[in-house]
Order: sequence, then C-alpha cells, then structure tokens
Amino acid sequence: MNDSNNLSRRKFIQTGAAAGGGLLLSFYLPAFGKFRNAGLPAPVNFVPNAFIRIGTDDIITVIVNHSEMGQGAYTSLPMILADELDADWSKVRFEAAPVDPAYNHTAFGMQMTGGSTSTNSEWDRFRKAGATGKYMLIAAAAQTWDVDASTCKAEKGCVIHTGTGRKLTYGQLVEKASAIAAPAEVKLKDPKDYFLIGKPVKRLDTPEKINGTGIFGLDVKIPGLLTAVIARPPVFGGKVKGFDAAKAKSIPGIKHVLQMDRGIAVIADGFWPAKLGRDALNIEWDDGNLATLNSKTQGEEYAALALQPGAVAKNDGDANGAISNAAKKLEAVYELPYLAHSPMEPLNCVADVKADSCEIWVGTQFQTAEMMTASRITGLPSSKIKIHTTLLGGGFGRRAVLDCHFVAEAVQISNALKVPIKVVWTREDDIHGGYYRPRAYHKLSAGLDASGKLLAWKQNVVCQSFIVGTPLAGMMVQNGVDGLTVEGAANMPYAIPNLHVAWNMAPNGVPTLWWRSVGSSHTAFAVEGFIDELAKAAGKDPFEYRRILLEKSPRHKKLLEFVAEKAGWKKPLAPGRGKGIAIHESFGSVVAQVAEVSITNNKTLKVHRIVCAIDCGQVINPDTVKAQMEGCIAFGLTAALYGEITFDRGRVQQGNFHNYRMLRMNEMPKVEVHIMESTEPMGGVGEPGVPPVAPAVMNALYTLTGRRVRSLPLRPDDLKKKA
Amino acid sequence: MINLKVNGKAYQVDVDPSTPILWVIRDHIGLTGTKFGCGVAQCGACTVHLNGNGIRSCVTPVSGAEGKELVTIEGLDPKLSKPLQQAWIQEDVPQCGYCQSGQIMAAAILIRDKVNPTDGDIDGAMTGNICRCGTYQRIRKAIHVAADLKKSGVK
Repeated sequence: MNDSNNLSRRKFIQTGAAAGGGLLLSFYLPAFGKFRNAGLPAPVNFVPNAFIRIGTDDIITVIVNHSEMGQGAYTSLPMILADELDADWSKVRFEAAPVDPAYNHTAFGMQMTGGSTSTNSEWDRFRKAGATGKYMLIAAAAQTWDVDASTCKAEKGCVIHTGTGRKLTYGQLVEKASAIAAPAEVKLKDPKDYFLIGKPVKRLDTPEKINGTGIFGLDVKIPGLLTAVIARPPVFGGKVKGFDAAKAKSIPGIKHVLQMDRGIAVIADGFWPAKLGRDALNIEWDDGNLATLNSKTQGEEYAALALQPGAVAKNDGDANGAISNAAKKLEAVYELPYLAHSPMEPLNCVADVKADSCEIWVGTQFQTAEMMTASRITGLPSSKIKIHTTLLGGGFGRRAVLDCHFVAEAVQISNALKVPIKVVWTREDDIHGGYYRPRAYHKLSAGLDASGKLLAWKQNVVCQSFIVGTPLAGMMVQNGVDGLTVEGAANMPYAIPNLHVAWNMAPNGVPTLWWRSVGSSHTAFAVEGFIDELAKAAGKDPFEYRRILLEKSPRHKKLLEFVAEKAGWKKPLAPGRGKGIAIHESFGSVVAQVAEVSITNNKTLKVHRIVCAIDCGQVINPDTVKAQMEGCIAFGLTAALYGEITFDRGRVQQGNFHNYRMLRMNEMPKVEVHIMESTEPMGGVGEPGVPPVAPAVMNALYTLTGRRVRSLPLRPDDLKKKA
Repeated sequence: MINLKVNGKAYQVDVDPSTPILWVIRDHIGLTGTKFGCGVAQCGACTVHLNGNGIRSCVTPVSGAEGKELVTIEGLDPKLSKPLQQAWIQEDVPQCGYCQSGQIMAAAILIRDKVNPTDGDIDGAMTGNICRCGTYQRIRKAIHVAADLKKSGVK
C-alpha cells in the first residue's frame, strides 16, 4: 500500500464496526406500524440498523440489505436514503449488507429478498435512516459554527449556514457527526422536495455488469478453492444404492469423490475435470416412490382431485345454487405445468469451513436461513458464520429456498474436507433439479342470467403446496388453505354475488417453490381466460365486460380504462391482427396489459406489441418500474409459449435451453409501459407484470382462431383456425 | 502445455486439450467476465472472440485456440467497448447482468461489421444470446445507439 493510501486511511475516523472507517450511523428506528400488505405479520425486530457510511472523502456508502438480482435494489434503496439525506448522488455507492439481525426484512423478520418487497418494506426505514443522518450532520455543522441548527440546511452533500452562506461537506463533518446522538424522531421530507424519489435515475450497478468486473457467486475466487459437481438422483426422492468411482478418480484433476445425502460429489481443481468426473461415475440408484411418475397420469389424478370439494378459500353467497338456476352455464378447465426458474447464472455456492469458522459466498435471497443451516451442519454458533452476498445472476424465487439445499451442499462438503469448496450446478442440474412452480389444475364453472350478467363463479384449484409442513405454515395456511395456491383467485376484483374458491392439495414429492409471481402465475391465467369466455358468452366486448364487473374495485377499473386508452382498444387493428386484454393484482400492485398478435402460415405466433399499465402506488425509480415490466413480460411470455417441465418414469424430460426454451431477441414484442399516477400504498414491481401476460396473449389469439387456449404452454394446434 | 494469447497476453496452460476455452479462461487464467450459462452453445453467455469471430467458448476446445488471438469482455477493443458501454449505460440495459458480457461481445461483432445495423441485423446477430431478465428491447435500442456513437468516434 502506498503512502497516500495510508494517509487517507488514517484520516478515517474509526467508529463502531465500520470496516474502512468513516461515519457509521446506527439507529434505533421506531416501529412503523403494520405492514401494508394484508396477511403479513407486523415487524418483530426493532434492533439497531446501520445503513450509511460516510467517508472523509465525501463518499456515501449505502449498505443494502436486499440482494440485487436484477430488480434494481442496489439503486432504488440508495435513492430512498440519499433523498432524505440530501446526498450528492454522484458520491453515493452501494454495498451488500453482511448478515445481521439489524438487516432483517421489516415484515418477515429474517434477512431475505422476495415477494416484490425490496422497496415497500424499506420505504420507511431507509427514509428515516437518511433523515437521521442528515439531522446529525446538520447538528455537527451547527456545533462547528456555534449557530442554531434551525439556521442550517442540507443540500447536495453539504450543510449550509443560511445566514452566512458558510458550507461544510458531509465528509468534513464526519468526525463531529459521529459524536452526535441520533434523534428518537426525525421529520421526513415533504414529497414535493424529493429530488431522487420518483425520478428516472440510472442504475448504480450497470458499469460493473458491462465490463466483466461484477462478481457473481460463480466468479468468487479464494486461495485453495476446489470445485464440486454433484450427481443427484435422477428421480426426486431417490437414493444412492451403490457406486463405483474408479474411472472418475483416474481423471486428472480429481481430488475427492464424496457420498452425501443429496448424491455423490466429485471434487476437482476446476469445473471441467469435476464435470468429467461426475459423468464417469457409475451409480446405481434406488428411484424411490416417484419412480413411475408420469405427467399424463398425474394430470388425470389432478382432474380427479378437482372433483373433491376441497378446502374453502372464499365463499360468498351460494355459488352452487346460483349456477344450477342460471339461464346460461359455462364450464372450463385451465391447466398449467411445472416450470423451472432457470436463472441465467446456474446455482452455485462457495463455502470455506474451518475448525472455528465458516465463510460463505453466495448469490442468495435467503441469508438468515442459510446462516442457520450452516450453523446446524458445522456445529458452529451463528456468530462464527459469515455470509457474503454476491450479485445474483437472476433469482425469480429459485435462490430463496426453505431447505437451503444449494448452500447446504457446499457447507457439507467443505465441512467434511476442510477445504474451500465451490459447488457448481450445470444447466441440466438446474432444469432437472426441482423446486418448480407447481403444476396447477383449475376447474371452473359460472352462471349468467339471460342478459349475460355474471351471477356466480366456482373455482377449484388443484396444486401442491410448498408451505404445508414447513415452519411457514402457521403464518400462511389458514382454514386448511395455503394462501399462495389461491391468491389472485380468492381475491379477484370482480363483483360476483356468488363466489366459491376452493383448494385441493396435490400430493407432494416433486419439490416446488415460489416462482416469479407465485400463485398468481397460474391463477391469473385461469381467471382472466375464463372471464374472457364469459364476456363472449354474454356477447360483450372483453374490456367492457370487465369494466362493468369492476364497479366495486375503482383502482382496477381506472387502470383498465387507462390501459385501454393507451393501447387504443377501441381502434380497429391491422388485418390479421388480434388483441386481448387482462388485468391482475399481485404484491400490492395492479397491472393491466393489452397484447396484439398475429399468426403466420397457421403455425407461427407473433406477439407484436404489449401495452402495459401499472398502478404500484408511490414510485421510486420509474425507469426501474418500466424495466421490471419489460422483464416480467419476457418472463411471462416464455412461460406462455414454451415453459413446461414434464415427467416420464419419474425423470424430467427437459434438460437445457434447446428443449426448455427461453424467449429470444427476435421474439420480444414491442413493450410500452405506462405508470398510472396513484396515491395507493406502495406495491411491488418485480413480479406483478408476469400474471397478465399469458391470458392477454391467449385472449388475443382467441380472436384470430376462435380457439380457447386453456392449457399452457401453447401447442401447434392452438394456432389453427377453428373450423 | 497449450500456448494461448488472451487479450494480447501470452499464457501457457497445462490442461487437457479438449477442455472448453470457457473453463480455461475462468478457472486457469482467472478472467471471470465470461460466463457459464448452458454449456451447450444455446445461450451465448460465454461469447468470446477467436481471431475476431464470435464463438461459444463453452463448447470450443482450448486446442482450437492455440496460436490464435482470444479476446474476452475484459480485453475488448475500446473502439468497440466504449460506445457499447456508453450505450448500455444510457439505456440502463442490465438487470441481473449475468448475460451482458456475452450480449456485448456479440453486439461488438455486429457494430464492427455493420455501420448501420437494422433491426433485422440485430435479430440475426443477437438471437443466440438469451437474457432471462428480458432486457432485449433495451439491448436493441442500445445497439442502435452504440452504432451511432461508434460512427461519431466516441472513445
């Protein structure tokens, strides 16, 4: 280290635990009331929180406790804090938070990222953190000048004495501010004074993502690191009966072959030999109970289950009675397959277990649970476990795993061998690896009166639960219903006098998990497809039909009208084009979309344009909202057109992107995003754009073919005009 | 021993000649900007330039690079990297960012070879690169911007 570095380091004021020195502001932040989204518990932790570090060089580092997986948390959370701090945005940096109760999710009580909550769960805490910092800096300046703090103001990283124009930068105030007591209460800004919140701001993490320097989990290098590739059972629940590793061990670079609970790990001095070693293993598997699992027969089982009454999630009026007396009756079945999340960065984790410590580097959404898992495996107290959160090459829910398996594997191997280990999943491991969006079967019936008015709706959902039987069940299962399985159906916004929604739990076995937009990823397709069918049966325009049914949901109605206007719903389309509409609320936001499609040669669907409107309440970064809607649309379209995990003889039939296809550049529609002015509580944006995509596209397709697509993904026959 | 030239620098690596270039770059040379996405040339995250041609390093054996020039995201010619990076920042392209090295390496070939790439050219050059976050619309726009910046001589 050269002299100037040493000098500048000495200038830092060492306070508290702030690595690198500077002012570390610690706060006791008051509770901020019940979290807005219904069904979530009130905050449980009111412990000190450390979110800002200001250096004497004026650099402001915002310590971000939500993982960056593309959703923009490393920009939007610093924006919230920096606005209240009146920071100079050009001096603001981000840093991933260590794992500490201080950084627990304000609603979920553990450190984690998910549920489209990064901004709305931190909206109050990060504003207060920034405002508290500003208060202390102003107090420090007032003390320096021996003036009253009320005669000072903060602006762009400086405190200014309004009477005399004297000015000190935040960096110059570091030492004095460190001695100021944090106030119990702070005044937050009048929204009209926001200079970052609500404005389009360029992401802070772009430069490192376009020059190869950004570090994802897979990029972590530490001395002595070995790579492990694991042979996992080809059938879920399978076990190793016996194995022969002689051939694998003869491959240069192979260091160890280790049997573990999840399979056989081959450990080598790099990925390639480890993979070759795994390919060379000769393993005899006991396939277990799912050895005969087959998607077709499973579908028949789901259909049979849908005939059972199920656990009741919603029961208004008398749906059965109203349907049996209705002038017109409709019935339909909507089906959706298992889906893999397929983040671009395959799963991986680095663990370095020593006699008295365990260090983990991982792109994760679930830090606290992983710390507990590592503690359990190593026998070390959680104080001896250190987790470094890297960039996540996509999450979509796959990196928030209740059993923490992809971290556990690395910790187990490193614990056994006492060498640092990087477990790398191949793409095939990921697609075969389970934790899918559950397969879903929706049995629907409805009754209309003679004029087409909707009298009754009955919906029976069949799908697995990944909550029942876990510690989350107490919170998320009510009256026998896992709320995640019926969300978006049981709370549909339409005014229906007789509404009955029930859930039948499908047998577990295939590991399932939350997949971007969770239950809404399948309920929206069923609800918004069936409502379109009812509009048709009533002889009404699908937009008008929805609009009338939304009379008691003004927020939805307004958004629907907004998207229709933006999309030019009433204007005729070019010949050969069809349009479809869908609206869905999830994660506190409402999203409506209009899709415009055509079919070429009876065999190729082209989605030309999707107009998307969102009401997410207070917006932090409008450009991020737009980016998330664009991303949600690509994600939802991938599922609608291609996404499907199927089983034969217990084995997953897809393996890589050639048969588990992703939307590509040439298939991306023109996406136009419109954010509606709103005074609603802040909703999420990472997921709510996904649910309306498939129904909007399939409703558009119907106008061209006369065929209802009630099963995803799209099949070739769906594109042929109905005779 | 295999002799390699990566980003203008000579390396000698002791690996099986059938090892894909990707793993030599990442595990032996230590350049991690080139990403592993699929291992079967389906996603383009591993795109590098071999003698000026875009290749999928996850399926190209290192033996095929002997005596040739390899360029990774870390060593991309500033005449290409500067306009591309500036355009990517201007359009706020990346989300998770994992595929973006590959996207930029593919786009670099396109703007090197086409002064005014059309949307059709972009489809042709970029359809092999998957972005799971769905940043395609912004990549398209950024390529047009980068091509213009390159013409105007941004350095």
